[in-house]
Amino acid sequence: MAKIKYIEHNGKEHEIDVPSGWSVMEGAVKNLVPGIDADCGGACACATCHVFVDEAWLAKLPKKEDMEETMLDFAPDMAANSRLSCQIKVTPELDGLVVRMPKSQH
Amino acid sequence: MPEHFVIIGAGQSGAQAVATLRAEGFEGDITLVGDEPYAPYQRPPLSKAYLMGTMERDRLFLKPDAFYKDARCKLILSLAATAIDRGTKRVTLADGQTLAYDKLLLATGSRVRKIRCPGADLPGIHYLRGIADVDALRAVFEQGKKLAIVGGGYIGLEVAAVAAKRGIDVTVFEAMDRLMARAVSVPISDFYEKVHRAAGVKLVLNTGVEAFEGSGRLQAVRAGGKSHPADVALVGIGIVPNVELAKESGLGCDDGIVVNDRSDVTGDPSIFAAGDCTRHIGREGTALRLECVQNAIDQAKHAAVAMLGKPSVYKEVPWFWSDQYDLKLQIAGLARPTDRLVIRGNPEARKFAVFHLREGAIAAVEAINAAPEYLVGRKLIGEGTKIAPERLADVSIPMKTIA
Repeated sequence: MAKIKYIEHNGKEHEIDVPSGWSVMEGAVKNLVPGIDADCGGACACATCHVFVDEAWLAKLPKKEDMEETMLDFAPDMAANSRLSCQIKVTPELDGLVVRMPKSQH
Repeated sequence: MPEHFVIIGAGQSGAQAVATLRAEGFEGDITLVGDEPYAPYQRPPLSKAYLMGTMERDRLFLKPDAFYKDARCKLILSLAATAIDRGTKRVTLADGQTLAYDKLLLATGSRVRKIRCPGADLPGIHYLRGIADVDALRAVFEQGKKLAIVGGGYIGLEVAAVAAKRGIDVTVFEAMDRLMARAVSVPISDFYEKVHRAAGVKLVLNTGVEAFEGSGRLQAVRAGGKSHPADVALVGIGIVPNVELAKESGLGCDDGIVVNDRSDVTGDPSIFAAGDCTRHIGREGTALRLECVQNAIDQAKHAAVAMLGKPSVYKEVPWFWSDQYDLKLQIAGLARPTDRLVIRGNPEARKFAVFHLREGAIAAVEAINAAPEYLVGRKLIGEGTKIAPERLADVSIPMKTIA
């Protein structure tokens, strides 16, 4: 379990307890946090679960795999702290993680 | 009285329609009816992570229970709709109750095509469409078993990949001369044939199954005139759209509920349809039926907006994916046999793409572990951009600057 703070593009914050083993994307979608579409359901196939990870957390996350890296490269508003939230697996070490949603996923 | 919208089919389309109706400001009542005991869930992981056991059932659900509560959507589960009376605008459910509707969305989806041959009812023969199917398959999915897969399409091959990883002895029987013949081009079929063989999966092509043999339970599959021992069989030979409800109420059906290009209306101004169950006019102007998540989501969005009186033309680029082993196959657009094929990258490196050019523009792309090719390809398909084949094939030009 980890407490994750999701911040919508308009600044609205959601603090959610996400079970270990879930993805950061699932933590949002299953708790009705708006701003993450995840059309493909977490298969790293659609790039509609893009988030910006709080700088302090970047180094603590598991590394991006090639597929995520290249999918992200084409996400709208991609930045150095961009991740696909379906590819970040929640562990107790991620307690306190802060992610921000982009303006749009499409 | 507030307006009442009824959605038949609690799958990907049904759930999306509820979300879109509320997002678009619909304030009336919504009832979502499904014949499975579950709220809408994702089907794609069923033949992958859920079968493998790396994804628990709870994680399959598309929305949490709170979503339906917040959306004031009444969920009626484990009950099929059995009739539509278009005159009185009522739907009858299997228990005899009727629901009055102002607008009706048919998101009835599809069901597996059953194989017809001697022995097809023997215990040990499985299909894969819903949670219950996979639960049953998982119970017999163990090392030491001999698994026969009938049909070398997406479902059969995804299951074969999981089974091979589990150390199960797998044989795939495919009636056509190549794998996934209905869905992918020859270079992709050839690539997957090599991959599956290398993983130890036995492939028997050009061979339809003639019978299932066994006394009391499955013991062998008869194919190509030979008996192949098998403890478990999985049949994955396609799906059939669920059109009966529409057909019996007099709506036009032709291997799918016929809808026009203006947002999924059926000819009855109160009835709309979305997802696997429809035959719609695609962006290329021809009628087609799609079996995929993308169409379920996008058509449901279009239909929901049309139900609110704001129809638009449905022209999304279809996209698909399949996970087998460490390979991600991503497809966008619809290929035709007459397209010119351009291969970018090297299949040996397990990272390449096949582009389908039509009149100088990309009509479809099939990408294996090649997200840039897929994503840029998908965008260019939508835009109809012309591009030289030599340029597409040149991997020294990054996809970002290809067009």
